[in-house]
Amino acid sequence: MNVNILEERTGQVYEKGQGPFSLKCNLDSLPGAVSQRACVFCGSRVVLYPITDALHLVHGPIGCAVYTWDIRGALSSNRELHRLSFSTDLRERDVIFGGEEKLEASLLELIERYMPSAAFVYSTCIVGIIGDDIQAVCKRVSQKTGVKCIPVQSEGFKGNKRAGYEAACNALIELVGSGPIDGISPFSINILGDFNLAGEIWIIKDYYRRMGIEVVSTITGDGKVKEIQRAHGARLNVVQCSGATLSLAKMMEERYGIPYIRVSYFGVDDMADALYRVADHFKDKRIMENTRSLIKEELDSLYPALKEFRKDLKGKRAAIYVGGAFKAFSLIKAFRLLGMKVVLVGSQTGTREDYEELEAVTDPGTVIVDDSNPLELSEFLKEKDVDIFVGGVKERPIAYKLGIGFCDHNHERKEALEGFIGMYNFAKEVHATVMSPVWRFVPRKEMRS
Amino acid sequence: MSGEYVSTTNACKLCTPIGACLAFRGIEGAVPFLHGSQGCATYMRRYIISHFGEPIDIASSSLGEKHAVFGGGPNLKQGIINVIKKYRPSLIGIATTCLTETIGDDVPMIMDEFKREFLHEGLGPILVHASTPSYQGTHMEGFRLATRVAVETVAGSRPREVAKKGLNVFPGFLSPQDIRYLKELSRDFELPMTILPDISQTLDAPILREYPKIPRGGTSIESIQGMASNCASVEFGFTVTDELSSAHFLEERFKVKAFRMGTPIGIRESDRFFAILEAISGRPTPPWHKDERDRLIDSMVDGHKYMFGKKVVVYGEEDLVTGITSFLAEIGARPVLCATGGKSGGLKEAIKKVTDGILDTMPHVVEDCDFWEIEGLSKELCPDLIMGHSKGYKIARALDVPLVRIGFPIHDRLGGQRILHIGYRGAQMLFDRVVNAIIGKRQRDSVVGYGYF
Repeated sequence: MNVNILEERTGQVYEKGQGPFSLKCNLDSLPGAVSQRACVFCGSRVVLYPITDALHLVHGPIGCAVYTWDIRGALSSNRELHRLSFSTDLRERDVIFGGEEKLEASLLELIERYMPSAAFVYSTCIVGIIGDDIQAVCKRVSQKTGVKCIPVQSEGFKGNKRAGYEAACNALIELVGSGPIDGISPFSINILGDFNLAGEIWIIKDYYRRMGIEVVSTITGDGKVKEIQRAHGARLNVVQCSGATLSLAKMMEERYGIPYIRVSYFGVDDMADALYRVADHFKDKRIMENTRSLIKEELDSLYPALKEFRKDLKGKRAAIYVGGAFKAFSLIKAFRLLGMKVVLVGSQTGTREDYEELEAVTDPGTVIVDDSNPLELSEFLKEKDVDIFVGGVKERPIAYKLGIGFCDHNHERKEALEGFIGMYNFAKEVHATVMSPVWRFVPRKEMRS
Repeated sequence: MSGEYVSTTNACKLCTPIGACLAFRGIEGAVPFLHGSQGCATYMRRYIISHFGEPIDIASSSLGEKHAVFGGGPNLKQGIINVIKKYRPSLIGIATTCLTETIGDDVPMIMDEFKREFLHEGLGPILVHASTPSYQGTHMEGFRLATRVAVETVAGSRPREVAKKGLNVFPGFLSPQDIRYLKELSRDFELPMTILPDISQTLDAPILREYPKIPRGGTSIESIQGMASNCASVEFGFTVTDELSSAHFLEERFKVKAFRMGTPIGIRESDRFFAILEAISGRPTPPWHKDERDRLIDSMVDGHKYMFGKKVVVYGEEDLVTGITSFLAEIGARPVLCATGGKSGGLKEAIKKVTDGILDTMPHVVEDCDFWEIEGLSKELCPDLIMGHSKGYKIARALDVPLVRIGFPIHDRLGGQRILHIGYRGAQMLFDRVVNAIIGKRQRDSVVGYGYF
């Protein structure tokens, strides 16, 4: 492989078939390498953001709040407090004299204005340095107003995005267990690790409804404080995603004895597998029958449609770079279903187990990369002669600048990609970008022909 | 109204370091570098990409917990080394963040150490440092400061040579299209211009075969070095303070005559700019630019009745708000609210200056405000039109009033990088868009469905 990689990063890139598998990961990002990663605050904000009836107050200077204002397609079935951006907007004076007073006044002001069901207060870098006691402020304001205020210890520099997930789960567990649980069905679950982007959780909820399963709470997509408070009444936690909410499931298992399973709702195989595993768990004949007929019904309408796309897409080459690795597994399968070949796969925060699994499921020659950056990615795309790149907002211009198709698999997406309908939408989007006539005009293709 | 609230809801400003990164992006061969935690660089890149649709690599020293305790110097140095290895930059623009300002990293000292340890005399990139804690000022202060430190560092150390004919232009934060227009004027007046920063190519690049490590274009180091020897500087923006003014620095230090004026949006400020160009180049305005001016006025006559008395809410960066307000006043509209998240203290005076003698009543001017306040005021003022960046869309939607998108960021439409705001041509484009927004709204609201307007 003829790609220029910083010496310190060579251990974080592997080409399948080139020597025994080994990939370093879970390292601090290399200074100056232009990592695509974010920070602890980002991790917490991602997890808690979709709770729609809570106040999300960012305690710090304005940047952290302004860059996370309404940036995600997390939809709500009623209130939309999560789509507003609240900040204590700290100034020099606050940094010198401390920001606690301003935080308390801000909380009181916003609680009075919006009457939220709860309030999350996010620490940012600077709060960790000046040492504001946000715990004490939250306690005081909770007592004064009766609205539960929960501190989120998300100082940006205290680790990477994963540490932020932990901080968010630590905040969530404060809510769980405080609501009534009577009348909850024995066939009941919580949906964890789905953020209701483009209404995805509603698709999944509908599947569970058709199976005869009650969804007690959705964490955190279309999240409602009251429902999360009842989450301990569910009999099973169904966890999606690369561990964003996994530690919450573990805490709930420990505290309330609720078992959990890990699933993915992306792609046909994983979607069907998720439903079957939930059905299996409850060992109920009726639920199993419902599940079978649901999946059959969905596939009967989906497969003919996919076949059409497959005709055009067969043999095209795809590259994947995502935040957490779990999405990559499903994407590899989804591309295979469309007859396509994955030649590059990477993630910002994958774990050892993630990468081992990726190595197992990919074809020889596939590049696997951890915590990559624009220069590396652009070289991989060219080297592997890719037709479509899947990633987030920061990856998009890398593909476009080189004249390569792109599929937005990010948190601001407007198309639902989960569920069986999501597979159809995915195929449609992949088809739309790969088959566009614009590529015939880009220099990359001119050179080839 | 300002100061009524403690908290900020939906801010009408960005943080200081993002402005510095944007300005550094307009220097040829430069890599913006944030000294702070990794998240800052990533968030800002995402925000900038969503407007420009261009890659923007911002390096970070990626500080972790131990660095926050023991100092970020080693990470900063390692980061600079890695950027040099990978990007081969001619300049690294280092901006600090709230984290590194508060832990007290002495960046100038670290840079000096770095130069002694790693860079031999005259080798390696130029290191430029802007102190940009996000608790001080907005992105515009960051933008102006980064421009100024680049001038101080690159041009400030050179002796003034025999005065050249060239003109320095400090446009502030305009669109790539605006910068291209300035370059066209440079050619048409046969007047060499050094425009700093120049984002016309770096943030609106063509499709490429090879992915460039650093996008082509930007103000060359050589031309910045020559700024002290140019015969004059023009700087746009009434609210730029002396401390942040690059033109002021060059005048104080090198006696380069400074013309400090408003952003040339609308007729009067464009006239002023063209007059300066005429004076310095010694050439009359080329006839095709005169024609553009005359066509603009012709169209203003055609459309004047649609605009007369129309109430407009304008928000955003202070100098853009001032320019747009000036233009609106000229076409007979009535700016009713001029709002900004900035806090230079100069907006009111600037608005007064551009509306004096043309508007009967001063618009309501609010500094240091957020969209919560803007929405509240807008509801009272019942505007016919809103002008500003994308983030006012929620208000426009709530009030069912058209929003004409200008400035940065435009996250919900394509082509923000190609909006022309300045000069006669920019005013023409703004005028057509504004009038059509008003007509479109009338047409949509009408039960008749008129086919002629």
